[in-house]
Amino acid sequence: MLVAQVLVNALVLGCLYACIAIGFSLVWGVLNVINLIHGSFIVLGAYLAWGLYQSLAIPPWYALLVAAPLFFVFGYLLQRSLLNRVIAAPVLVTLTLTFGLDLILNNAMIYFFKADYRKLSLHPSMGSVSLFDVVVPVDRLIATASALALTGLLYLVLRRLRVGRAIVAVRLDRDAAVLMGVDVKSIYAIAFGFGAALAGCAGVLMALIFPISPLTSSTYLGKAFVVCVLGGLGSVSGALAGGLLLALVEGVGSTLIGPAHATTLSFALLIVFLIARPQGLLGRKGFE
Amino acid sequence: MTRVNLALLVLIGCVAALPWFGGAYALRLGTIACMYAILALSWNVVGGFAGYPSFATAAFFGFGAYATGVLLSDGLPLSLAIAATLTASLLLAVLLGVVLLRLRGHYFAIASLSLVEVLRELVNNATDLTGGGMGLNIPLASGSGILADATFFFFAMWGLLLATALMVIAVSSSKLGFGLACIRQNETAASMVGLNCTLYKSIAFGLSAGFVGAAGGLYAAWVHYIDPSDVFDILYSVKPIVMALMGGLGSPLGVVCGAFLYLGLEEVVWRNYIQIHSGVLGVLIVMLLLLLPHGLISLRPGMLRRKPKHV
Repeated sequence: MLVAQVLVNALVLGCLYACIAIGFSLVWGVLNVINLIHGSFIVLGAYLAWGLYQSLAIPPWYALLVAAPLFFVFGYLLQRSLLNRVIAAPVLVTLTLTFGLDLILNNAMIYFFKADYRKLSLHPSMGSVSLFDVVVPVDRLIATASALALTGLLYLVLRRLRVGRAIVAVRLDRDAAVLMGVDVKSIYAIAFGFGAALAGCAGVLMALIFPISPLTSSTYLGKAFVVCVLGGLGSVSGALAGGLLLALVEGVGSTLIGPAHATTLSFALLIVFLIARPQGLLGRKGFE
Repeated sequence: MTRVNLALLVLIGCVAALPWFGGAYALRLGTIACMYAILALSWNVVGGFAGYPSFATAAFFGFGAYATGVLLSDGLPLSLAIAATLTASLLLAVLLGVVLLRLRGHYFAIASLSLVEVLRELVNNATDLTGGGMGLNIPLASGSGILADATFFFFAMWGLLLATALMVIAVSSSKLGFGLACIRQNETAASMVGLNCTLYKSIAFGLSAGFVGAAGGLYAAWVHYIDPSDVFDILYSVKPIVMALMGGLGSPLGVVCGAFLYLGLEEVVWRNYIQIHSGVLGVLIVMLLLLLPHGLISLRPGMLRRKPKHV
């Protein structure tokens, strides 16, 4: 039964990991920018959910509807005003710039929210369901289902909507997209906005499960790295595969050799994948 | 020896006069200034000369700190411990470099970032050897008084800075430096004309890591207490990059000036805005990248023969 519990835990956690990573993967794939603010966006989303629940008693699944447009606008403006100026610069410059922006945002959160760990606890608590001996808390199930829904939504947007097709076109071939009349600058900003919105929503879902603190942003960012590299850039399914694989490795690893080594294991796996299979499990050039 | 390199050595020589002008605070600041300059100069070998965006500085800084810490706890004298640390970091980096430096661009950046995480977690979990999260206490080297101790460590760090500068100058004027410049400009072409790119990059990575490791070792011996989250702080990876960008990427003189200027700014910010110091650092980084992307040295390109190089 332990095996079944580990597998179910991995499945639940894996969908959340995919949700954390998917915005990061979109920005990396389309803009060719490693967005180090991603972790802080997630934490900010978690604070938003926490604040809405504490002050207005709005449950987190409704907070998603607030977070998505808010973060989209924030991301759009950030890309338009700052990142767009260095978008053609080498890796070092864009990476360092997003690091600087992350320092600002993270410091602002520490300043306003303090570094204390907070927890969003629902009243009344939702309990858990059990099937045979496998136990899953209901709030976790809701978070996982929402994460899957968000992932599916992004897939549909990229697949069906005009703007989604334009994003995919820019990722596939920037120059050809320009020739076809795509406004690349605004597509960049929209893609970054989507990335930010997904990060904010992921944060709202994280608030249901994990404690909230500005100090956790680097953990989320690390997960996003690993998931992107494992699953491969360029597809929604890749992020899902990467998230599930990471959750599985962490779950099995911490059961077999102890939770202290789970992080080491996941990063070691990251390095192995980078060297042996840099395109990831399901990586390819297009984004859907 | 070009004029710029001579200017670099003169600048470093001037720093040595510090103990005659200031007290304990100046000594502390001077030691940190030398340490930052070592980190920035070393990073410049990989990041500036070869153009590889390495975020592994913190990994080797922490490795060096712990290697020296453990060796000193075993009763080895400081000089021997530092020499052993330098060699060990160099070898480790060459071995890792052969594997990691096959990656380019974003992938290399992420791999080097995760190297810091892996080493930190390993040190965190090897409680028997390193003390894990409790940190490692390092025995006091001498009992000759606070000021004498501070002076000793200042000169030790300064000596290491001089050695690093000589290494960088030697690299930049040798075949190795030329090869690294070729790799930066077009690695595929460099490899086509018969340059052993992997070997060159690995040597550069090793040299850079060796001196960073030694600096970490001196730091550990100087502060007597280290813990994983302190010496494996990712900021040790980012600060050298900011210093190099501030001074002018690829130019050793610019990089050292950038390190000193950065320390000055950091001191002012720490002293006045302790609560928001990392935010101010962030603002500084953003302004620098948007307004002065080629660094201080690009302000008067006519005065110096070597022009700043692009990333």
